Amino acid sequence: MKKVIMGNHALSYGAMLSRAQVIAAYPITPQTQVVELLSEMCADGTLNAKFIKVESEHSAMAACLGASLAGARTFTATSAQGLALMHEMLHWAAGGRMPVVMGNINRALAPGWSIWTDQNDSLSERDTGWIQFYCSSNQEVLDTVIQAFKVSEKVMIPSMIVLDAFALSHTYEVVDIPAQDKVDAYLPPFNPPFRLTPDDPHAFGGLTSPDHYMELRYKLQKDMEKVPLLVEETGREYEKMFGRYLGQVDAYLCEDAEFVFVTSGTAGYTARVAVDELREKGIKAGNLRIKLFRPFPFEKVRSILSRVPKVAVLDRNISYGHHGIFYQEVKSAMFGEPVQPTIFGFIAGLGGRDITRDSFKEIAEYALSKDKAEEEIVWIGVKK
Amino acid sequence: MTKERKMTLTIPQEELMSPGHLACQGCGASLAMRLALKGLGQRTVVCIPACCWAVIDGPFPHSSLDIPIYHCAFETAASSASGVKAGLEMVGDTETTVLAWAGDGGTFDIGLQALSGAAERNDDIIYTCYDNEAYMNTGIQRSSATPLGAWTTTTPVKHYKKERKKDIIGIIAAHGIPYIATASVAYPEDMVKKFKKAKAIKGTRFIHVLAPCPAGWKSRPEDTIKLARLAVQTGYFPLYEIEDGEKWTLNLKPKERKPIAEYLKLQGRFRHLKEEEIAWIQKEVDSNWERILKKCA
Repeated sequence: MKKVIMGNHALSYGAMLSRAQVIAAYPITPQTQVVELLSEMCADGTLNAKFIKVESEHSAMAACLGASLAGARTFTATSAQGLALMHEMLHWAAGGRMPVVMGNINRALAPGWSIWTDQNDSLSERDTGWIQFYCSSNQEVLDTVIQAFKVSEKVMIPSMIVLDAFALSHTYEVVDIPAQDKVDAYLPPFNPPFRLTPDDPHAFGGLTSPDHYMELRYKLQKDMEKVPLLVEETGREYEKMFGRYLGQVDAYLCEDAEFVFVTSGTAGYTARVAVDELREKGIKAGNLRIKLFRPFPFEKVRSILSRVPKVAVLDRNISYGHHGIFYQEVKSAMFGEPVQPTIFGFIAGLGGRDITRDSFKEIAEYALSKDKAEEEIVWIGVKK
Repeated sequence: MTKERKMTLTIPQEELMSPGHLACQGCGASLAMRLALKGLGQRTVVCIPACCWAVIDGPFPHSSLDIPIYHCAFETAASSASGVKAGLEMVGDTETTVLAWAGDGGTFDIGLQALSGAAERNDDIIYTCYDNEAYMNTGIQRSSATPLGAWTTTTPVKHYKKERKKDIIGIIAAHGIPYIATASVAYPEDMVKKFKKAKAIKGTRFIHVLAPCPAGWKSRPEDTIKLARLAVQTGYFPLYEIEDGEKWTLNLKPKERKPIAEYLKLQGRFRHLKEEEIAWIQKEVDSNWERILKKCA
């Protein structure tokens, strides 16, 4: 069934179709519609789930983890300050191997107060051990929620579905909503290998000496390393059942490209338009949108970029005192490769400033006119 | 024909706590858990945040309890328990009791917000605070449960605690939850009875247990029960229940309350107090006792 829905509701429908059993959430702009629709679904019985209306995001994630450990499929959503408040519990989720799925609406962090998009909130959680997917359409949001439950529950690692504030969260698009029975066939009920039950009592997360702690973290990394292949497999399976492939990256006209934008989120769609315009002018441009950010899709990125002479990485984020975060990650992926592209790093769109076709035009003009970057960070659209 | 005499046990024989745990000698908190579980039985899940009990249970892969334990984050005893209860119900287990088991730091201070949230929602959990009146696990720092006049490492003798102990029961009672009780390890029958009673009630239940701590109170391990009893007999820690936020019941009324000095003198943490300061504390205890008596009348 096709419906015109907003990005936030794509998250709600994804959670509904995945038959989330426990939802605990706290409202924050621009996430509110995600949980409003889910509370309606719980209230009218469309979704058989318990909705815990907690008093903070910290408690939201804590309640999700308790429910997950009890064996229930669990979903929540937040944004910016809320995600930052959850930080401690994000480590708890991954360290405790509780496969919660969460939507995070990218919103710039205060101060000054901002409700508009940038990626510093979710990227600040890069090292918490969560799988992170950056989406660029409402269809992709809905599909990825379902896929994320499948991936997360296989490796017992939580997933974060990330979408831009307003540019996606409040934008209405046509979305194909899959039939429940088909989703059920794709995503079996959650059946964790261990759970909290008096029938088989165990202590979870107790005091762990230096004799054991490191092995727990080694296992987390080893399982994280399985995720790219798992995303590939579950994405192909999804394509077979629903006609839409869900991959680690989305490469647009990269095969013969001599110049490639590396993007993420909604900017990844704007970049396609810029690529088309450059192609019309005879420049062989392409766009590599990174969807799976953690674990980083090294193989995909290397196989695509190693044959491209020039690469322009666009970051809607910054690691103060270093560079844009995708720029760092792409450089680290390409370091040591036999053939290396010249990589330029651009920062644009912080705090919700628009990233337009003109932004990409400016990026292309800079990168195509130079043999190498004159500055480590090239700022786009900043009033210096 | 002589009448057959039967002995009835007032406390269940079943032991859900094994020896080999890591508590200090004379630990009131370990005794509290043993008694609580005798009241609750094996079909219980416990959420334990950062507190002495995060250690007492035993390091991974050991556990001294015969029930499942979720070691959760410091401020999340209540929110974790709410989640566990919801999760269990969604997987078809509606019988298991979910217990949040936190110290005074995790209850009076860092976990108060989550506890208030759970109580306001009336989530179906039993929240127990075993109160040893300071951050004992980190080495005796003051909490808002530390009593007036006490020494701790962050309220040294020259600047002993000048503030009253926070009225946690008053705060929780304001939520109007179905059951609140205070309990003492010196009155095991009363304590087990209260946990059994709490188990049969739906909604948020709150039990406040005074747990003497020889290491932090600078008392003799063999005085733990004596101190817990004196706390009740002096009126410092009265045993009472509040049902549905309205019905107050005093469970034990000493014929004559003992002077607070008897309780204080057994603890090194009050050793610096002069007579007038003890008189001041006595006045505080008296007015608190009168207040509770009035409520229970």
